[in-house]
Amino acid sequence: MRITVNVDGVGYTDDVEPRTLLVHYLRERLGKTGTVVGCDTSNCGACTVHLDGHSVKSCSVFAVQADRHEVTTIEGLARDGKLHPVQRAFHENHALQCGFCTPGMIMQSLDLIADHPDPDEETVRKGLEGNLCRCTGYQNIVKAVRDAAHHMRPGAGPEAEQVTEETRSPSHAGGGE
Amino acid sequence: MTATVEPEIGKARLRKEDARLITGDTRWTDNIQMAGMLHMAVLRSPMAHARITSVDVTAAAAMPGVLLVLTGEDVAEEQGSLPCAWPITEDMLAPPAPSLAVGEVNFAGEGVAVVIARSDYEAHDALAAIDVEYDELPVVLDMKAALADGADLVHPDLGTNKSATWVFDSAEAGTGSDVDQAIADAEVTVTRTFRQQRLIPAFMEPRSVVVDPGGGSITMWSATQVPHILRWMLAAVLGIPEHKVRVIAPDVGGGFGGKLQVTPEEVLTLLVARRLGKPVKWTESRTESMLSAHHGRDQVQELTITARRDGTVTGLKVDLLADMGAYLRLVTPGVPILGAFMFNAIYKFPAYRFTCVNVFTNKVPTDAYRGAGRPEATFAIERMMDELAAELGVEPMELRRKNWIKHEEFPFTTVCGLTYDSGNYEAATDRAMELFGYEELRREQARRRESGDPVQLGIGISTFTEMCGLAPSRVLGSLRYGAGGWEHAAIRMLPTGKVELITGTSPHGQGHETAWSQIVADRLGVPFEDVEVLHGDTQSSHKGMDSYGSRSLAVGGTAIVLAADKVLAKARTLAAHLMECSESDVDFSNGQFSVRGTGTSTALTDVVLAAHVAHNLPDGMEPGMDAESTFDPTNFSFPHGTHLCATEVDTETGAVKIHSYVCVDDIGEVVNPLIVEGQVHGGLAQGIAQALFEEAVHDESGTLTTATLADYLVPTAADLPHFTTDRTVTPADSNPLGVKGVGEAGTIASTPAVVNAIIDAVRHLGVTDVEMPCTPMRVWKAVHEGKERGVPTTPVAAGGLGSIDAQGGAE
Repeated sequence: MRITVNVDGVGYTDDVEPRTLLVHYLRERLGKTGTVVGCDTSNCGACTVHLDGHSVKSCSVFAVQADRHEVTTIEGLARDGKLHPVQRAFHENHALQCGFCTPGMIMQSLDLIADHPDPDEETVRKGLEGNLCRCTGYQNIVKAVRDAAHHMRPGAGPEAEQVTEETRSPSHAGGGE
Repeated sequence: MTATVEPEIGKARLRKEDARLITGDTRWTDNIQMAGMLHMAVLRSPMAHARITSVDVTAAAAMPGVLLVLTGEDVAEEQGSLPCAWPITEDMLAPPAPSLAVGEVNFAGEGVAVVIARSDYEAHDALAAIDVEYDELPVVLDMKAALADGADLVHPDLGTNKSATWVFDSAEAGTGSDVDQAIADAEVTVTRTFRQQRLIPAFMEPRSVVVDPGGGSITMWSATQVPHILRWMLAAVLGIPEHKVRVIAPDVGGGFGGKLQVTPEEVLTLLVARRLGKPVKWTESRTESMLSAHHGRDQVQELTITARRDGTVTGLKVDLLADMGAYLRLVTPGVPILGAFMFNAIYKFPAYRFTCVNVFTNKVPTDAYRGAGRPEATFAIERMMDELAAELGVEPMELRRKNWIKHEEFPFTTVCGLTYDSGNYEAATDRAMELFGYEELRREQARRRESGDPVQLGIGISTFTEMCGLAPSRVLGSLRYGAGGWEHAAIRMLPTGKVELITGTSPHGQGHETAWSQIVADRLGVPFEDVEVLHGDTQSSHKGMDSYGSRSLAVGGTAIVLAADKVLAKARTLAAHLMECSESDVDFSNGQFSVRGTGTSTALTDVVLAAHVAHNLPDGMEPGMDAESTFDPTNFSFPHGTHLCATEVDTETGAVKIHSYVCVDDIGEVVNPLIVEGQVHGGLAQGIAQALFEEAVHDESGTLTTATLADYLVPTAADLPHFTTDRTVTPADSNPLGVKGVGEAGTIASTPAVVNAIIDAVRHLGVTDVEMPCTPMRVWKAVHEGKERGVPTTPVAAGGLGSIDAQGGAE
């Protein structure tokens, strides 16, 4: 099947087997290896990306389901060498160790903050229930998400807002294959 | 050059590693793509014990994209036997350990055949077309039954399921008195049996291997903790000249001991790549990982503790059964032995005997998992101290205080013959009790007991120590381990003043690039940013013993210090030559050499450049300013700490909620407090998970019923509490940094704190034990079935999909 997908602001057209998972399409066809696979039962969330601005587990979506949709991966968050506030917060709060769960964790955190602009600890913990981390014990992840939300809250300054806006609706269409 | 003002060591530096990890610019093994690369998939046995009567690969070999299908018979001549580097006794029994089963399978998940195809999807499609016929054999699962007369045998050729018996006796060793005498003379004796359930390391990155056989040598990328050991063992197992093998551990997504292994799939990927002359990749699925990567723990522990009526402990006897699984992997037999020296913990036992029987079963082999032997020991002794306190009717912390080594008694030689160099159990405990609000929580507990509150409160204590910083090579040799415990570091001083630090440690989440840069910056006075840490590639880092056993900083970090000191020693000589003064008049601080009492100075970078151009060197001095060092510790290090857990136990539902968790760890000096805190958090999570959630469960046919993350309950953010952590600092005497190690501390300490808290909440209801993981069902049963109290309940899954029984009821 032929699909056309916008990934991190770039349009791609490809022939794929109907059974191809979105995560395998991203990793193997497009070289978007920032998104990883951690399990085969959609429990771990390591493969989380955004489909039209909402988080999905890309191991549970066929590539063909992304046809004519926009996908944002961890690789599409930083702009012009500038980290997204959630990426920065993960760094500044030591919210990662081996870093394998981090791409999915950050993408899910973005979704969580979109729904809960000022989440308390319990909201963050419940909101990340679908993403497993084996290294951190989650404490610094919770801290990072709340810190990022604080920096992204309305009135936190046009800079943070602007980055967020770009992230949630990739606009750099064109180019690619 | 900017002089560093604030000391680098001790600074909460944000990690260098993060830049690539938070942007997806990573180098996981599975990311690697090469021209013409092929993909390997492994067919795994659904049977735990069976003869393979036939394997028909005809249909599979004809599938689209398939290049090669191999069975065990096809590789039998060249696959060798997977290595076990720790033959714990002279007469230890070890069966051959094939990478691909030949004629017989011994655990469900063992590899039976491999398919190599152009794509991963095609390789997996073809697995389904392989036809294997099995002739079932009796399955051996229970260790006690395995040792009974006439038991079915895992390996009939061995004539027994017993691999080895290992004994330490303080009377025989001359390090203490006779434990049988202590038992005979005891005023109080308490005996308990605990089960250390089987756990799965569950690192987040599934294992992956890529082998490129081109260019006249073999290059292997592997998601491993041990690239150096792997290279050595590949050469030893397969007879490939070691200098023709290069192993690279790129970004590695967690290990926890689970990637401290030489795996069947590493061997097989190499063999097929060599046979086809093409690069080959194998990446496991999560279920494959859980079915075939080594597990951890799995012991039955019987302990007898003796004491005087006043609470003074007089003896400890430990009898272990340790489940090896079906084969002995890299350090399988040695894991329980690492615990042998830790059951006595921080207490002054005069008499001690440890006996461990290693047993074969038809399960995936066990091996290192975070703490490896020491969490098991710590759990057992800390549970016993609470049981003894209950027996004596004394406050459990007071019992510990009465028996632990006082801070003024260090260095202290234990009943095992280990010398604890430093520690201050009083300080850590006092701080923990203060942060915890110990007295107030005891009052709250009393209030709830008095009012008959259905939600009871319990307080659990764990005053732990561990031996880490593995390890003095001589000691390892005396324990019959096959390798040394030293570590290597090399420093390359580049002509522009930048520094490359090459380490033999192999990080997979620990932040070595950051911490090692801090050590180099601190010693040499160069900016933190100017240090690049090279690791995990046997070509650039040719010498190392890798990362496990909380060894990287205490051993590898010390090697860095010694290498830096060599750089400075040579630089000082050259600086004196350049400044035309006596070497003894040269001072060094913040990257500057200066002549004492004058205004003359020269920067280290200038001295390095002078060494590099070599225009003006003292007679006989070699050009360049590089240096290397190998450090072999003379002792282990002994982190300790006090962990306190308060749990709320709902006596009506059996649900356990952690009300608060406080730990004060003493890991000696700290290079980066941010990283240390992270290590403690993660360690606590894994230890708490053993207490409450995780268990590898096999059904009666030996099938692992918890082979997905839906069934094996790795905790989520919602399952864990907020931790309160703090530190006391008693520097280690065994290394120049004064560091002890922190990688395993949280895991070792936390499990007994949680279980002790659960028992403490319901002890007044007649409960003396709850088997781990303490699921609501087990806790509820313990509370409500007083007659059966302390009797282990049937092992079942901890509550995921796999735990739904035939009647549809979830345990």
